[in-house]
Amino acid sequence: MIVAKQKEIEEIIEEIKDYNKILIAGCNECVTVCEAGGKKEVAVLASALRMYFMNQGKDVKIDEVTLERQCDHEYLEEIRKMIDQYDVVLSLACGVGVQFLAEKYISTPIVPGVDTCFMGVTEERGVWSERCQACGQCILARTAGICPVSRCAKRLLNGPCGGSTKGKCEIDKELDCAWQLIIDRLKELGRLDDYEQLTPIKDWSTERAGGPRKVVREDVRQ
Amino acid sequence: MTETKTPSKLEKILRSGHLAVTSECGPPRGTDPTAITKKAEMIKDHVDAINITDNQTSVTRLCSLASCIHLKLMGLEPVLQMVTRDRNRTAIQSDILGAASFDIFNVLCLSGDHQAFGDNPKGQNVFDLDSMQLIQTVRYMRDEGKFLGGDEINRPPRMFVGAAANPFADPFEIRVPRLAKKIAAGVEFIQTQCIYNVEKFELWMKLARDRGLHEKVFILAGVTPFKSAGMAKYMKNRVPGMDVPDEVVKRMSGVPKDKQPEEGLKICIETIQRLKECEGVKGFHVMAIEWEEKVPEIVEKSGLYPRPKIE
Repeated sequence: MIVAKQKEIEEIIEEIKDYNKILIAGCNECVTVCEAGGKKEVAVLASALRMYFMNQGKDVKIDEVTLERQCDHEYLEEIRKMIDQYDVVLSLACGVGVQFLAEKYISTPIVPGVDTCFMGVTEERGVWSERCQACGQCILARTAGICPVSRCAKRLLNGPCGGSTKGKCEIDKELDCAWQLIIDRLKELGRLDDYEQLTPIKDWSTERAGGPRKVVREDVRQ
Repeated sequence: MTETKTPSKLEKILRSGHLAVTSECGPPRGTDPTAITKKAEMIKDHVDAINITDNQTSVTRLCSLASCIHLKLMGLEPVLQMVTRDRNRTAIQSDILGAASFDIFNVLCLSGDHQAFGDNPKGQNVFDLDSMQLIQTVRYMRDEGKFLGGDEINRPPRMFVGAAANPFADPFEIRVPRLAKKIAAGVEFIQTQCIYNVEKFELWMKLARDRGLHEKVFILAGVTPFKSAGMAKYMKNRVPGMDVPDEVVKRMSGVPKDKQPEEGLKICIETIQRLKECEGVKGFHVMAIEWEEKVPEIVEKSGLYPRPKIE
């Protein structure tokens, strides 16, 4: 999933303080799972903002809506009829949803309420960690199912570096060294000899470096 | 003497069977070239080649290439350290050409410390290549005379290609396979991480010898003298991938403060003398961090002076 975390309320207030009619839009997908922008977070944030504006002596209308997804036309269309009642939408979706809203509703300001962090997993409730950086050319078959692109601080394809200490990364004693994990798993798989295969220079053009990316599937296109 | 592949003096010394001695200078955090030339002046008669570090620990400094040129202008033999942290493949190849245009004949291929340690922790890193791929790149440019993109290089670079090895980082079991991997990538000489745990280093060398790796690459054992017990503790606890045994820290702490520098030098010299006997060690890389003036003494007392004259 896409993992996000809610912005500090001060930052949110700074962006919306001059508006009088605010719609807070949650998303029922990833940001719900990572507890940053689902229905519950929308309600909590709405209460906090109402309280803030009340204390400021300002009469501000704050409404709530949570869409199934903010990255699909059909769900975004659900707010077409109501959006003109608001002078700003505070979206708690990831950056994808915020942008898709902005593309669709050209004359309404859209403000993000979360910082989009990474693609990752729920390690346990309250702990999410990164697993993928969408490099566009998956090498997991060669790295025992553990990704050095997203999990090594230096993205080394032939790691580990000299800073790997007791299984941890040189930049953070809490962070697993991805290459230690790869080696441990190669061992489990009885494939430690594979470690000595040199991974060639990577084609990064399928990654961010190649510019904004697009997938087009003619076979499913309508 | 096996045939040399480059005009590198370091390569000639190693291939002719002498124990090589290298050292290093960290460039200044400013533009004064005398910061480099003074250090070089102190050590030039006692070493065969001088590494110039490349923004070590990710702290911004005068660049390695310009510093190497200063050494070259003094008639000395620089080793250009190059990290992949700050340059993409275009910049890397370009800098290699730039260095080769000044007849810099040695390069040390590194990935580099993470920028989190330096003065720009909020900056981007690059890591378009890793250290193994940098080794491959320089060898390809030299041996095939081509750019990575496939075009011909007019007057290809002639560089003796080195890399670092850390026998002490984890996991230990892949430390020798990792050396083998660097050799497969094309590395010709290795400068190791500072050695304080001599027994562990000797074990690593033995495992390397078991695979015949000591005959495929020239290994220069890295040493750094402690200036104080505080430095020993710092290296032990704070520097990633460093292995300083307790007894070494104890030995440093066991002498009065004013005698500690002397004790640090003694440990360093003893380490060199012991490792001169270790099969497969082909030289020493003496990293006297901000203590360059002691390099001549270390080299002399270790019986590595005078240095061979090679034309």
